[in-house]
Amino acid sequence: MTYHFFEQDLTSLHQALQAGDVTAEALTKGAFENIKASDPDLEAFVRTHEESALAQARAVDEKGDFSHFLAGIPMAMKDNIATAGLETTAASRILQGFKPVYDATVTKRLKDAGAVITGKANMDEFAMGGSSETSYYKQTKNAWDLTKVPGGSSGGSAAAVAAGQVPYALGSDTGGSIRQPAAFNGIVGMKPTYGRVSRFGLFAMASSMDQIGPLTRTVKDNALVLSAIAGFDEHDATSVDLPATDFTAKMGQSIAGLRIAVPKEYFQEGIDPVVASQVRAAIAQLKDLGAQVDEVSLPHTHYGVAAYYVLMAAEASSNLQRYDGIRYGYRAPEAKTLEEVYRETRSTGFGPEVKRRIMLGTYSLSAGAYDAFFKKAAQVRTLIIQDFDQVFEKYDLIVGPTTPTQPYGIGEEIGDPKAMYLGDALTIPVNLAGLPAMSINAGFNAGLPIGLQLIGKAFDEATLYQVAAAFEQENDFTKALPDIAAKY
Amino acid sequence: MAASISKEEVAHVADLAKLNFSDQELEHYTGQLQEIVGICEKLAAVDTTGVAPTYSVTPNVNHLRADEPVDWQQQQALLDQAPESAAGLIKVPAILKQED
Repeated sequence: MTYHFFEQDLTSLHQALQAGDVTAEALTKGAFENIKASDPDLEAFVRTHEESALAQARAVDEKGDFSHFLAGIPMAMKDNIATAGLETTAASRILQGFKPVYDATVTKRLKDAGAVITGKANMDEFAMGGSSETSYYKQTKNAWDLTKVPGGSSGGSAAAVAAGQVPYALGSDTGGSIRQPAAFNGIVGMKPTYGRVSRFGLFAMASSMDQIGPLTRTVKDNALVLSAIAGFDEHDATSVDLPATDFTAKMGQSIAGLRIAVPKEYFQEGIDPVVASQVRAAIAQLKDLGAQVDEVSLPHTHYGVAAYYVLMAAEASSNLQRYDGIRYGYRAPEAKTLEEVYRETRSTGFGPEVKRRIMLGTYSLSAGAYDAFFKKAAQVRTLIIQDFDQVFEKYDLIVGPTTPTQPYGIGEEIGDPKAMYLGDALTIPVNLAGLPAMSINAGFNAGLPIGLQLIGKAFDEATLYQVAAAFEQENDFTKALPDIAAKY
Repeated sequence: MAASISKEEVAHVADLAKLNFSDQELEHYTGQLQEIVGICEKLAAVDTTGVAPTYSVTPNVNHLRADEPVDWQQQQALLDQAPESAAGLIKVPAILKQED
């Protein structure tokens, strides 16, 4: 029996496995059939691992323990999350051939649950980019239109799920890298509260903002996957020790009386009128469902991009110092002295966007620029946090667009870093403040999806899922299938 | 605040970051950094008098645990990842120059 992932969710797959209607091996083979049929066009995977995935699936079948809701179900892992023994490169040449000797905590949690890792999803190199165009290896396409970018940096994770190759994927989000590709591919993407999910084994970009989160086709699937990966981890000192949470707990509850804030600034930052009107229509639906909706101001939104790029680049340039060609990955073969190993490995191992951010970060941390850039940006970060705090005194959540535009053509913006950076204007403030935020599909225009962003109070993901589920229920966007689905 | 970044400054920063650039690349990165720094200079317009900087949003400073050594039993696996190894060590090119 073949399972079409568009017609199933994690709950129905779980029930079928428990009932013995399907085996983990059959599901996994189904995922690889999908991948083989669509990935030559989509290029969502940097690499697949059919052998180890089938071995994992058979092991679950033999054990017969399907008690965990993810047991026996195939998934895609972003290529910057460590998987022991499976090449993990963050889509960079500098990590070519690198096989981690340990599992990231999220990998371990999924493996312990019986999940099946089908392969590593393509991404922007070291998660630096919003179009998956900076990958050293491949150009992932948008699942709805192969001439458009899938977003990024978790573009492979989003495209794989949207195209029905696998039921879910993990991504990482430092400035929008889960929410923006989720918006561009019309699926659900959650950036959890900073500290909710362990970062151990996530290749660091900006450590004060990085978070791992799920990309799924439905809201409930998303809440389930987050429940599986969240929790304290002694290997990540910034992970937070909170009791286990059932993120589906409030789903199905009425949103009547919930107080929703709509920041006026989120409709100003170069926003495409088509995106604005679709998101306004979505907000009107939430109002019809009984939510109290008011316009508010987050006055420092305008400075988010600048503060983010200074702080992110500073942290990234420090984190990327470790890539020196000595202990793992790529070493420039022609280097003759130790100094040449460092310089030539880094110069030929990193791509242009990574170098740009290393340069910006090194510059903003250098003696002459530190106060004017790094410290100033950290102060503006405080003001952005205070903006959110004030709104959350009176409101339960904030709603607006995820991105200023719809997906653009491949190659259109890659030569213009400034335009790319401004595309992150609506997702960045959340990372600066460490808040949870998700993107869900608000509908289509010209065959391409538009993302609705929900931002919550710290550690209040459950309310975001409640509102997202209510919105999803009112619409039938998850029934729409991309053309690529005709391949299987 | 620096109004512009010179090619010399960019060369210095590249040196600190251990990146080699050709003269042409240096020109390219100078222009791009200029543009990005231009965006970041908007920050100067914000009054941050008396505002404490935020470097981390978590109140957690440290999670303390018992200081017990753990042997991860990974020496060979780690060495296998090195571009070059010999005699149980990671091999790198000569660090000291031989005096003629």
